[in-house]
Amino acid sequence: MALPYLWLLLFFVVPFIIVLKISFSDMDLAIPPYKPLLEWVGQNSLAIKVNFENYAFLFTDSLYLNAFANSIKVAFLSTLLCLIIGYPMAYGIARARPALRNILLLLVILPFWTSLLLRVYAWIGLLKANGVINNVLMSLGIIHEPLTMLYTPFAMYVGIVYSYLPFLILPLYANLEKMDWQLLEAAQDLGCRPWQAFFKITLPLSRNGILAGSMLVFIPAVGEFVIPALLGGPNALMIGRVLWDEFFSNRAWPVASAVAILLLILLVPFMMWYQSVQARETAGAR
Amino acid sequence: MTASSGGAVKAQPWNDLSARPYVEIERITKSFGDFKAVDDVSLKVYKGEIFCLLGASGCGKTTLLRMLGGFETPTSGRVLIDGEDMSGVPPYERPVNMMFQSYALFPHMSVEQNVAFGLKQDRLPKHEIQERVATMLDLVKMSDYAKRKPHQLSGGQRQRVALARSLVKRPKLLLLDEPLGALDKKLREHTQFELISLQDKLGVTFIVVTHDQEEAMTLASRIGVMNHGEIVQAGTPSEIYEFPSSRFVADFVGSVNMFEGKLIEDEPDYVRIRSPEIDAPIYVSHGISAPPGAVVWAALRPEKIFMSVAAPEGGADNVVRGTVQDIAYLGDLSIYLVKLPTGKVVRVTQPNTSRHAEAIGWDQQVYLSWDASSPVVVTR
Repeated sequence: MALPYLWLLLFFVVPFIIVLKISFSDMDLAIPPYKPLLEWVGQNSLAIKVNFENYAFLFTDSLYLNAFANSIKVAFLSTLLCLIIGYPMAYGIARARPALRNILLLLVILPFWTSLLLRVYAWIGLLKANGVINNVLMSLGIIHEPLTMLYTPFAMYVGIVYSYLPFLILPLYANLEKMDWQLLEAAQDLGCRPWQAFFKITLPLSRNGILAGSMLVFIPAVGEFVIPALLGGPNALMIGRVLWDEFFSNRAWPVASAVAILLLILLVPFMMWYQSVQARETAGAR
Repeated sequence: MTASSGGAVKAQPWNDLSARPYVEIERITKSFGDFKAVDDVSLKVYKGEIFCLLGASGCGKTTLLRMLGGFETPTSGRVLIDGEDMSGVPPYERPVNMMFQSYALFPHMSVEQNVAFGLKQDRLPKHEIQERVATMLDLVKMSDYAKRKPHQLSGGQRQRVALARSLVKRPKLLLLDEPLGALDKKLREHTQFELISLQDKLGVTFIVVTHDQEEAMTLASRIGVMNHGEIVQAGTPSEIYEFPSSRFVADFVGSVNMFEGKLIEDEPDYVRIRSPEIDAPIYVSHGISAPPGAVVWAALRPEKIFMSVAAPEGGADNVVRGTVQDIAYLGDLSIYLVKLPTGKVVRVTQPNTSRHAEAIGWDQQVYLSWDASSPVVVTR
């Protein structure tokens, strides 16, 4: 029983406290590059020095707030795109024959068998100037000059939507799979065309699945670092990128920690919302 | 014996050649691959009827119902409702509503919203929707529960909401798929009679699918017994019960003792059957049409057999001796299993008219006898 708590303590609470501690300390040219919070002053007195500068700094330089805003925008649009692509897929799988259903689900999960990094590199191969897509389009004579796709927002969205799509499809499928399809017949019987039945019955009843799947895409997408860095080019200002730069390039660990803590605070409401949706979903009450 | 089950003399449009059928099923077939779920069924249902499709699961009754609702497309044949050909008409444009076996209430809507759904779909004015929903909820006695969600209702209440929802659009035809299947026995009996009075009040034509012969007998103006995708017999409940046209119908509706034998006398106004399963010849006081020497079956209902300790008066026809093998006391009546010398076990039911124990007990020698008009002779 205690194991999950031990796990949380070891891999969440302890790292969190370390990061929190660093975010309140001063920068230092040392290893590690920050000053300790607690210091022995003289023989018997312990001084605690809490520094709010790092947080204040985030609000003085517009870079950070812009990065936060941009991250939320990118995550939001990516979630929306995932939903537009993933809903029909989840719906299709849920309505497929049971034998076919498992194969389709396997296909959704299949990309997880390769590392994310490899798959993102594969997209570079597809999208670059003399990459697969440009070459095919040029050989077909559809375009005469290669399209600039790599290192654009387009490539970044492609990468994020591609990587996170399964996280949206799976919970949505789990929800749709429980759906009583006879309700759609009942709606048609009462005068609904099939598309009306979808908007009046299926969509409202799959609300929890939509929310759960969207949160699973949105929350990690806000802090996404790898995909914008590899596909998005230098202009893709996302908070994960800023954090990485502060940490590794500037060696400003306290500022980086403050960014991380602020990001966490920003995402807590969404996580709590997700949790309550999950609880409702498992309780079965609609 | 020939009186209709309800006792009341109702109009019988199916016997009136000039009557116009309201629902006409013309030679309809539905195949799934090689399997014929519904096989060349033709049927005429008249306005105001409660027509029950009775059959075991997998006999095609639900498929037939779904074709009437427009949820399945017939492989061949067509359906006419009030003279209009329904071929190619989708469910949402048919003047038909269906009450689903699972009720299919929308879980995210209140009782009121469920009932109003179909009317809103037709874009009726708001006050009219309110009025009709209120009237309908009142009719099914669910007004007090208008704001509840389906999961807050009992099975019986859900059934009423489903009924209200399917009737509120005033369909020409209401299809009911096992309408009482999910209710317990007491509630079911009660609801059966409510359903009949409601149907009477609204004058809507009902087609009901059920596997429960008791339910069919209570509800129906006529019953269509289905087997292997075909309607093997259609008629009033008493016709089906008293004059089954085949062994299948006789056996499916109620219980029956079946004696296989051959005609030894075949006259226009009587026949005599010799069966190896019974010592005495079976004398039947009406003629039948069967080729000479054909195998026939005499079907005898358990309640039409008299049982006595003393030998009954009369001839040797239709009298046999046997030993009581088992007795099942059901309160209102008792079932006796009587073993004949041939080894055949005959089922006899007797009403328990007296409060004091009957004289007949286990292992007792008894005489079984029946009226010459009681056996039904079937040739298939």
